[in-house]
Amino acid sequence: MQKTNKGADALIFLILFVLAVAFISPILIVLMNSFKGKFFISDTPFLFPNSQTFSGISNYTSGIAKTDFISAFGMSLFITVFSVGVIVLFTSMTAWYITRVKTKFNQLLYYIFVFSMIVPFQMVMFTMTKTANVLNLDNPIGIIFIYLGFGSGLSVFLFSGFVKSIPIEIEEAVMIDGCNPAQSFFKVVLPILKPIAITVAILNVMWVWNDYLLPDLVIGSEYKTIPIAIQYLKGGYGSIDMGAMMAMLVLAIVPIVIFYLLCQKYIIEGVVAGAVKG
Amino acid sequence: MQKSIKKYFALFALPTIIAFSVAFVIPFLLGVYLSFTEFTTVNDAKWVGLSNYVKAFSNQDFLNALWFTVKFTLVSVLTINVFAFSLAMLLTRGKRGTNLFRTVFFMPNLIGGIVLGYIWQLIINGVLYNFDLTLTSDPKYGFWGLVVLMNWQLIGYMMIIYVAGIQNVPKDVIEVAKIDGASKFQVLRNVTLPLVMPSITICLFLSLSNSFKLFDQNLALTAGAPAKQTAMLALDIYNTFYGKTGWEGVGQAKAVVFFVLVAMIALVQLLITRRKEVES
Repeated sequence: MQKTNKGADALIFLILFVLAVAFISPILIVLMNSFKGKFFISDTPFLFPNSQTFSGISNYTSGIAKTDFISAFGMSLFITVFSVGVIVLFTSMTAWYITRVKTKFNQLLYYIFVFSMIVPFQMVMFTMTKTANVLNLDNPIGIIFIYLGFGSGLSVFLFSGFVKSIPIEIEEAVMIDGCNPAQSFFKVVLPILKPIAITVAILNVMWVWNDYLLPDLVIGSEYKTIPIAIQYLKGGYGSIDMGAMMAMLVLAIVPIVIFYLLCQKYIIEGVVAGAVKG
Repeated sequence: MQKSIKKYFALFALPTIIAFSVAFVIPFLLGVYLSFTEFTTVNDAKWVGLSNYVKAFSNQDFLNALWFTVKFTLVSVLTINVFAFSLAMLLTRGKRGTNLFRTVFFMPNLIGGIVLGYIWQLIINGVLYNFDLTLTSDPKYGFWGLVVLMNWQLIGYMMIIYVAGIQNVPKDVIEVAKIDGASKFQVLRNVTLPLVMPSITICLFLSLSNSFKLFDQNLALTAGAPAKQTAMLALDIYNTFYGKTGWEGVGQAKAVVFFVLVAMIALVQLLITRRKEVES
């Protein structure tokens, strides 16, 4: 029994190892090509750079210049950090409010939030862009407000599910002790919400950081985020500077991989929690 | 307590409600209305009844995109879930390196759709180059390219959910089944699968709606080429809005049809698989 188990274990490990290498290889191929001259990339993408094809970091310097990568990175960071912060703060408050105050209006509101989760972006793409223009929300500050609105469906839903599981007696006790609702929310409820707040934050970071269409339509031509900068590398008639493209793909992947390795535990737990609730 | 909280409506609920109305509720209602009108800006809308819908359904690009999207969704949902479930079974049986493997398989999911599209463009073109072909020589390359890309992106995500489901299956139930003489296949079919049905529901739902709504990856990988034959619904709607002046109303009608399809698929799928879930 023991022996066959060990054999099976080794076999499973081997299969998984081969698959893992296959899984990671696309990223390694991009990394490898980012050090090749741009005319050699399409011909031999699977070969290591050699003395003829190696181009040092010139793809990186030209790519950064062409895409204005530093400012795109700053823009992505700014929008992601503030949007996610605002989403977590305001949707947790709203979810607590509509779960604790049971009125017909609040119930209806909850169902509209849930409903919004299944509506594809294309349904509101044009009208939302126009609304944002009319209300002068077509700037990096305005888009944070848009993200709060568009992201509130999932976030309110997740927070509400969690609030329902918190015994109401805790809050009653706090309020009898003299706290007003705001104090009891920020001092007592919010700390209890921490696990689900992390989930909500993770899911929204993954969405906002990688989002292309919404920022492109609302603020794209003036303020580029990383996905927009990469898409704009593709010039007219489909011509692409492959060298710059490879370097920018690497630079786009690096921050998200670092983020992933730093909070891997939370990300995987958050994804499971978000999925099971959803 | 309800009463005292209620007074705090302006602080707790109002900011989200205003943002939600501006970003979703108003654009949604306006969108439904505009789909029955002809317009170039929101202010010059002229009621035209169902004619946008008629135009949408007699538009060859739209019908192509619809068919392409359905085919793509069927193939990717099937492949993603079969691979993800198999990987999850392997991961929950093996002992060494489990965490490392999970980390690796999940990683592509964090990379954005635009970046994913260009990564696979390089790789697929690199392979096809040997046969003097490119991704855009034939729509079938774009189709299978999108399938591979989507598998790469979503297998890890679905695997994580399946792993959680499989780990929740009580060990003693499986032991009992084995003692009763059930074969490995019978255990999988009659014990494990019914008990992980909630995970299957979620994974089918997520892979289905993600595949059906795909946009960024489609735009970056082929942008619909050749001749719009690999454009999916989301991309076709985008092109109608921003590529054809005077067609905004038709674009909006296509978007409403798209929304109705997504909503129907979501509802039907949840109803069917929820019915199959059992309590352990």
